[in-house]
Amino acid sequence: MPFLELTNLTYQVGSKKIIDNLCLSIGDSEIHALLGTNGTGKSTLAYLIVGCEGYRPATGSIVFAGQDITDRRIHERAQLGITMAWQEPVRFEGISVAQYLTLRNKELNPAHYLDMVGLQPAHYLTRMVDSSLSGGERKRIELASILALHPKIAILDEPDSGIDMLSTLDIINVINTFKKIGSSVLLITHREEIALSADRASQICNGRIACSGSPQEVVAYYKSKNCLVCGGGECVDERP
Amino acid sequence: MSALDQLMLAYKDAGGDRAILADSATAHLVADGHQILSTRGVKGLEVEAHATPDGISAKVRVRANVRLEKPVHLCFGVLHKQGTQNIRMDVKLEKNARADFIAHCIFPNAEKVVHIMDAVVDIGEGAELRYAETHFHGSYGGVYARPKAVVTVGRNGAYVGDFELITGRVGRLEIDYVVETGENGVTELTARVFGHGDDTVNIKEKVVLAGEHSRGLIKTRVVLEDEAFAEITGITEGNAAGARGHVDCMEVVKDNAVASAIPIVRVTNPLAKVTHEAAIGSVDKRQLETLMAHGLTPAEAVDIIVKGILR
Ligand SMILES: Nc1ncnc2c1ncn2[C@@H]1O[C@H](COP(=O)(O)OP(=O)(O)OP(=O)(O)O)[C@@H](O)[C@H]1O
Ligand SMILES: [Mg+2]
Repeated sequence: MPFLELTNLTYQVGSKKIIDNLCLSIGDSEIHALLGTNGTGKSTLAYLIVGCEGYRPATGSIVFAGQDITDRRIHERAQLGITMAWQEPVRFEGISVAQYLTLRNKELNPAHYLDMVGLQPAHYLTRMVDSSLSGGERKRIELASILALHPKIAILDEPDSGIDMLSTLDIINVINTFKKIGSSVLLITHREEIALSADRASQICNGRIACSGSPQEVVAYYKSKNCLVCGGGECVDERP
Repeated sequence: MSALDQLMLAYKDAGGDRAILADSATAHLVADGHQILSTRGVKGLEVEAHATPDGISAKVRVRANVRLEKPVHLCFGVLHKQGTQNIRMDVKLEKNARADFIAHCIFPNAEKVVHIMDAVVDIGEGAELRYAETHFHGSYGGVYARPKAVVTVGRNGAYVGDFELITGRVGRLEIDYVVETGENGVTELTARVFGHGDDTVNIKEKVVLAGEHSRGLIKTRVVLEDEAFAEITGITEGNAAGARGHVDCMEVVKDNAVASAIPIVRVTNPLAKVTHEAAIGSVDKRQLETLMAHGLTPAEAVDIIVKGILR
């Protein structure tokens, strides 16, 4: 049984279908990479899955661990174990990194989670999660905060963007840590080497799944067809 | 119980520490209404306070080159339900002096209390004053507080003011601060207020950057709920070459509260630069959703965001 099952999901703004009858399933403890060119609906899909305000699908359903959660609010889904790390994490005035990492569970040792994302605890624990952090630091802290939740499924929206090239390994380590603690991951990425670290992958084009399979297959498919050129329609195949 | 004991109980509730009164190395001034209950000076610092027919008059002097190790504690209160407190403060830091002041203004039982502070603060050349003022007005909303200060910061001097009223009701608050900053001087004014019920918050802070390369920052954080109202005016004037000023005002409104911000920036020297930002609105949706995605309920999330803003 798939852990997360999206069936015929459609989300539109005005007459534009941003997510178009999309089907996707992710298994328990599966790392699933989601590839796709800019503006194809990856972040929108993430917002639909976590249940952001205003992101209710026009059609279709979201079923998580056998429960239909399509009408659940964002915190209710989070309490079930669905969470996400945003592509551009927001900043907070007056909230320290230590506090941010222990929002849900005050007993946790926040230093442990900073270590996991390659940040030295001594330098960061008392810093504020505000605009004084660099973009890369903020993203790493977001990842640490998601790890600290021990989610059942984490959606990571481009965890690698804004993080220096050399740190690709750090990101792969983080993804492996999710796997180790038993979390499923929907991993949105533009980086091939990161996609290849997943168990499975899908390519999204114009709000539809164009291809699902092994990361190698999907990366090859993605490279062979340029969605920007085909405009989406042609590369949407019948799968899954 | 003596007035001092009662005031000290309220002081403790407001975050104060009574032990400082017994500490011979810590200067203090404690008054209930127009009655001075306790004062102490320390070496290099003189505190002179007396009751006048219509209030309290206090003079505080920090002598040249004196760098006070421990903060000076001021505690002004009105313990009765009704009362008036007029305070006239005259603070002078002589050349190269340095001091931290921690002031508590406590009106725990107030139903109809008026607190008027008129301060004149003179910070000499190279001197530095940090002045943190915490107000506690109780839960009735019956205080009218009007802190007014005229501050002069000398060459290479610094004034860092921090006003806080974030627990209990506000009642009616009217802050009026004017700081003139001399050459290379620094002024930072921060105010944090949480308004509830039909509280009214008026904050007017003005920083005049008079000297070359002087710097100023006015930072205001106001959160309002219920029917509360706030009008925040931050004025910065850049009148000398190299002067740099910034006004940063954030107001979060909930329920039926109403907030306005009036940043006024004025530059009379082409080599001065003053900027401003003002954000008024409900709690940021992305912040809220981020915390909710961490499993917090909407109410818990708002609470954490608001506490952070007022921190
Ligand atoms: N509220 C909205 N109104 C109109 N268009 C929208 C809205 N939200 C998203 N879109 C559009 O939907 C498309 C998908 O956006 P989305 O952010 O999901 O893309 P993405 O795949 O995450 O892209 P990127 O790789 O750049 O992050 C884009 O064309 C975007 O402009
Ligand atoms: Mg995106």
